[in-house]
Amino acid sequence: MDIFVRLLINVMEEGLIYGIMAMGVLITYSVLHFPDLSVDGTFPLGACVTAALITAGVHPVLALCISFVCGGAAGSVTGFLHVRLKISDLLSGILVMTALWSVNLAVLGGRAVAPFFNQPTVFNSGLPMLLPEALRPRRVLIILAVITLIVKLLLDLYYKTQSGLLLRATGDNAQYVVSQGVSPGRMKVTGLMLGNGLTALSGSVLAQQAQSASVSSGTGIVVMGLASVIIGTSLLRGLRFVRPTTMALTGCVLYKACLVAAMQMGLPTNYLKMLMAALFIAALVTGNVLDGRRGARAKLDRT
Amino acid sequence: MQSLIVPNPVGGEMMVRIEHIHKTFNPGSVNERPVFADFGLTICKGEFVSVIGSNGSGKTTLLNLLCGTVPQDAGTVEVAGRNVDRQRDHQRAAFIGRVFQDPAKGTCANLTILENMALADNKGRAYGLRPGVNGRRMNAYRAALEPLGLGLENQLHLTVGSLSGGQRQALALLLCTMTPIDLLILDEHTAALDPRSSETVMELTDRVVREKKLTTLMVTHNLRYAMSYGDRLVMMHQGRAVLDVTGSGRDAYAVEDLVRMFGEISIEMGN
Ligand SMILES: Nc1ncnc2c1ncn2[C@@H]1O[C@H](COP(=O)(O)OP(=O)(O)O)[C@@H](O)[C@H]1O
Ligand SMILES: [Mg+2]
Repeated sequence: MDIFVRLLINVMEEGLIYGIMAMGVLITYSVLHFPDLSVDGTFPLGACVTAALITAGVHPVLALCISFVCGGAAGSVTGFLHVRLKISDLLSGILVMTALWSVNLAVLGGRAVAPFFNQPTVFNSGLPMLLPEALRPRRVLIILAVITLIVKLLLDLYYKTQSGLLLRATGDNAQYVVSQGVSPGRMKVTGLMLGNGLTALSGSVLAQQAQSASVSSGTGIVVMGLASVIIGTSLLRGLRFVRPTTMALTGCVLYKACLVAAMQMGLPTNYLKMLMAALFIAALVTGNVLDGRRGARAKLDRT
Repeated sequence: MQSLIVPNPVGGEMMVRIEHIHKTFNPGSVNERPVFADFGLTICKGEFVSVIGSNGSGKTTLLNLLCGTVPQDAGTVEVAGRNVDRQRDHQRAAFIGRVFQDPAKGTCANLTILENMALADNKGRAYGLRPGVNGRRMNAYRAALEPLGLGLENQLHLTVGSLSGGQRQALALLLCTMTPIDLLILDEHTAALDPRSSETVMELTDRVVREKKLTTLMVTHNLRYAMSYGDRLVMMHQGRAVLDVTGSGRDAYAVEDLVRMFGEISIEMGN
């Protein structure tokens, strides 16, 4: 029983950390229909920037904010390559991801891993220290829940702003954005900045929780993000009042749960990536099947 | 066939001036397709021009040149006295409204009627972090929807994707005329609708154009619409205006005459 609870908490924690990234992928993939591979580089970018900043004595909350900005800058490069230089969406992402590998190494001063144990993080300093004694052991989970919830609520709010509405229109009907006198390219760059900013923020949170950053922590982020979004949206799409951000978060927790369950049932670690790909395929196929059914019904409704 | 170009007697302030336009698609390749060679057209302020013509005569290309969707090879386009040759399509959208043949293009399917209207209402200003929908404008939106007679004013929170083609097209027309524009462009905007919706949207178009005194360029496949709406009729063939008649001049033609002329140019085209 105890181990079950511990596993559950583990799944929740990871789901919440990577859930921020999943909400970023939600913007690029679901809203803009842009398969953005640069997140494989912006996730460790957030982690590495955080390690460098915290080691240099910067406040951990400020490190979160700066990571977000750095991720946004990387996203704007992906957008620039695609919108201005007319490089395909996939290639733009691959190019930025590749370049970021060097950037991340440089940020860590040439090291591949940078631990910063015994330094202040959002989990061991500041407001969290005011938590009642009884809740202390669940500190990490509570703080993660607060951070992720704030991000989610802000994003929900953003979707309702003028800029947010126009962003949603961009993925749906670029011509409509043109008709409003705005270049769809500019909105794409905005979306990529937001998505990558959130991904870097997610990397920053992970680094602070692990008290260590690694340049290779981005491997598989694209797959995890897309799988989370697709699992979440395929499962919860029928429910009318569930927001897309909730779907992405739920998808991310479920994805993590599947991986943990498989490991517990004795799947050797070597097969983890295989399982990740399999989960992704399953999510995609389910999504397609559900889409197909809905598409057919919509066609019937219209005639 | 001889060209019948009657000099435009309306006169008055110019709204659109297209001069010496040359346009060839895919120049230098096997798919080279010359569309315009030294084409010109002027439209006066407040004029409602209907354009008909054979398939591939360059009607859509003409509209695309005006809107900045495709660039011309040579020549100039002027709208309301400003030269727009260097402006991109979204910049021109600030003063040119356009309704497309495809009802899906003029509205945003994932957003509600209200959100669509709020976005269009903000055209020309920055799209920032203020709330997308301004509650104080709700009554204005309802009032704008009511004359459509489609009951949309009571369904502001419905996503536009669930509307019929006719409803979407009526809404699209409303959206692109919400803010003041210099020129309204309609590209066969009733062609994809069933006959009844087509009639409704055409009547609505006429009403909106008259009420707001919009300068309008309408391409239509429907000879009857071309004859009964608008105050000038242009027939295009192979990148030229082969007929251009205004007001009383137009009354000299019966629909049958046009059908005959239309038949001749269509036969020339071999279809
Ligand atoms: N983007 C394009 N690329 C290549 N050829 C085009 C393009 N747009 C139009 N054309 C060609 O230009 C000619 C005129 O097309 P269009 O203006 O659409 O005619 P209309 O609307 O009068 O039927 C056609 O032969 C068409 O094939
Ligand atoms: Mg056409």
